Amino acid sequence: MFQTILLIALGILMLSILANMYRVVKGPSGADRVQALDSIGINMIASIAAYSVLFHTQAFFDLILLIGILSFIGTVAFARFIERGVVIERKR
Amino acid sequence: MSGSGEAVGAILILVGAIFSLISAIGGIRLPDVYTRSHAASKSSTLGVLCALVGTLLFFLISDGYFSIRLILGIFFVFLTAPVAAHVLCRSAYRNDVPMVGTAEDELKDYYMENENTDDDKEESTENEEAPAMKLIDSEPPLQVSET
Repeated sequence: MFQTILLIALGILMLSILANMYRVVKGPSGADRVQALDSIGINMIASIAAYSVLFHTQAFFDLILLIGILSFIGTVAFARFIERGVVIERKR
Repeated sequence: MSGSGEAVGAILILVGAIFSLISAIGGIRLPDVYTRSHAASKSSTLGVLCALVGTLLFFLISDGYFSIRLILGIFFVFLTAPVAAHVLCRSAYRNDVPMVGTAEDELKDYYMENENTDDDKEESTENEEAPAMKLIDSEPPLQVSET
């Protein structure tokens, strides 16, 4: 029963990642796609947490922190690229 | 006793997954960039916080293992997900992505003034040796502000 709850949670997280993939493919503007990719990263964090509970291991906790940091940095870089056209400015 | 404690962790993970599914459905069904960002940022942040707190409670109860890395992950996601949504909405607004609905655009005058001053500053830094180009470039914002 315990594993059943975790497998149901993993299935729901995969469904939400699929729904975000729909928004990535169809979204009319660039900000939609970047927002959906950021949300996919957050869903990946939650599914890694469920996975590590399912296999009862503590080896994946670094991965949670790492995916969080990488998703944030990538989102901010894409937002700066959409807003100004460059990611790193030269003159300030 | 330990079975009930593990069940608390599993149910928190299930609640977090359901919140993530709700945010994804909001991302499909809502009509606008800003409303979709509203749904995606808030409710998926709550979902991942529920899942991480469930994992923390599960390992705390079943193994007696208190993971500081999970605490750091919770703190980091809680700090950075709204900041990312803010930066994305601002970039969408400054690229004139349309806003659906009856909302009044109160930011428009403010951004008009600020974009004019920013353009003047950038032109003054970039075109120090060509003042004629500066006059030509400063014409379109004046027309926009008159209309």
